[in-house]
Amino acid sequence: MTGDGGLHIRSLRVVIGRDAGTTILHGIDLDVPRGQVTGLAGESGSGKTITGMSVMGLLPTTARASGQILFEGTDLLTLSARQLNAYRGARIAMVFQDPTASLHPMLSIGGQLTDHYRSHTGASKREAKDRAVEMLTKVQVPEPEIALHKYPHQFSGGQLQRVAIAGALMCGPSVLIADEPTTALDVTVQAELLRLLRGLCDDLGLAVLLITHDLGVMSSLADRIAVMKDGRIVELGDRYQVITAPQDPYTRSLIDALPAADGASAGGRCADGADAARLPGSEGSV
Amino acid sequence: MAQDTSTTTATAPGGGGHPLARYLVVRAGITVLLLFGVTLTTFILTNLIPADPVQAVLGEQAAANPEIVAAYRERAGLDDPLPVQYFTYLSNVLQGDLGTSQQTRQPVADELGRAAPATIELALAAIVVSAVLGIGLGLWAALKRRTIIDQVIRLVSTVGISIPLFWLALVVYYVFFFQLGIFPGSGRLSPTLTPPPDVTGLYTVDSLLAGDLPAFWDALSHLVLPASVLGLYTVGLLTRFARSAVLEILDQDYVRAARAKGLPARTVVTRYVLRGSLVPIITVLGMAFGSLLSGTVLVEIIFSWNGIGQYSYAAATRLDLPAIMGVGLVVGMVYIGLNFIVDLLYGLIDPRVRVS
Repeated sequence: MTGDGGLHIRSLRVVIGRDAGTTILHGIDLDVPRGQVTGLAGESGSGKTITGMSVMGLLPTTARASGQILFEGTDLLTLSARQLNAYRGARIAMVFQDPTASLHPMLSIGGQLTDHYRSHTGASKREAKDRAVEMLTKVQVPEPEIALHKYPHQFSGGQLQRVAIAGALMCGPSVLIADEPTTALDVTVQAELLRLLRGLCDDLGLAVLLITHDLGVMSSLADRIAVMKDGRIVELGDRYQVITAPQDPYTRSLIDALPAADGASAGGRCADGADAARLPGSEGSV
Repeated sequence: MAQDTSTTTATAPGGGGHPLARYLVVRAGITVLLLFGVTLTTFILTNLIPADPVQAVLGEQAAANPEIVAAYRERAGLDDPLPVQYFTYLSNVLQGDLGTSQQTRQPVADELGRAAPATIELALAAIVVSAVLGIGLGLWAALKRRTIIDQVIRLVSTVGISIPLFWLALVVYYVFFFQLGIFPGSGRLSPTLTPPPDVTGLYTVDSLLAGDLPAFWDALSHLVLPASVLGLYTVGLLTRFARSAVLEILDQDYVRAARAKGLPARTVVTRYVLRGSLVPIITVLGMAFGSLLSGTVLVEIIFSWNGIGQYSYAAATRLDLPAIMGVGLVVGMVYIGLNFIVDLLYGLIDPRVRVS
């Protein structure tokens, strides 16, 4: 169970602040198996991003995490930053919400795609560049050779998020954490990116942890959904069950809050597969 | 604008020489205009001062004789209308003639040429050392924010900014030269040594070029006190700005993303953090260099440093108008050159600047 390349979070507790501090996560248990998209839903402040940051060792300096984050038999929480560097970026990668902010505006795309690949694998410049072209092709960025010489401001948001995903895939990770990967993008671009992520998950057997507040996005992409509220997982189950027959009243209120959920005239969401109202029937399309 | 040029930059990877060349031409044109502005300003200012240069040059006795005064005014062109005087001055300047010092009867251009290397050596030593120290301390404080290291560095930088230059210069001179005798306190080289053959005019560089190590160490030890006094303010200023610039960048998503990529901490700091904070740091560095130049006047006088600062002080107190105008022109040119360099550095650091 713990050596399968997936991610297993056990009783993860995070406290922020000096002395007693504020408890942000109250003991989270979550499995992120390979070949599946595991969704982590919840409103802002529910602790979903902190969960992702705990895995990547990116918690603020005043935060203390306890419990276990198991990956390939290792508890990531016990590792020093230096030891963790062998995993993050290489075996566990992350895609952030806003690609215009998560890519350095002054460094070329080529430089940002290859620096961690070279530091993790010791590859030559030439090999790293070939790998970057391969990955850009995989995420369908046009003219990858030319894209390597460009800078972030020369791309649209959607293209840039593809570039960021390519960067995450460079070292062939088995876990991909996507924190609101489509929230900063417009709806049509969203749908394409979600399809891309789903395809990558299936092709590469990635264990994807999808963090989003958007149940529409969630329902079109996730295999299983965990719903978080105030630092606890209040509901966990497969997508169909969570969306159509939520057990927890909070999940039900989230679904009711979706503009498209009442069915009648939900013209707002045009992205196909992202429409929560068509959920039960859309399984085959993703 | 940024989107439109994406295709041209795409075909010319690595920055694109064409927009850069155009940028350089435009900047050169602006520079020429600015230089005209500088000559006009120095000319007007020197003519506005409510003192009679004739009196200062001829001395009280000769100035009492109207014939001598009239002859002098005629020879110096002081009776021409101001615009005529300005154009005479301008055409002389364009031919490299800054006039003759009324005090020494030497061409101002030659005198400035002799004084410039001393000031350049002093200012460069001060700015290089304070840039390295200031950026380094600011970065260190930011990375160790809210620790005792951060507190100490902030205290030191506040002290550096607050101490008046004239007081610091006198104390340093008294303690390190007069009392302790660790470093020499005046001049650029010990009188027992002969200056190295003139190549750049910078004694440290020239003595190294000549392979004269004793002269190099002597010149270097003469630099220590005045350069430290001159640079301390800049160190304090840069430390504060570098700290806040780095703190801002540390909070950026791209730094978090760089950590998430598992890059070594050193790479994250040098490649992602420092690069991102360099634009505001360069801006402050350029401004600091300007204020550092004005500090040379005081420092050069206290440490008997034979440079432009000392020359300008002498010219101003003796109302040596051609010399004053020459100094104004040179300092103006330095400022304009400095801004040009800073602008070029922006373009090198930030690709978004290159496009616009």
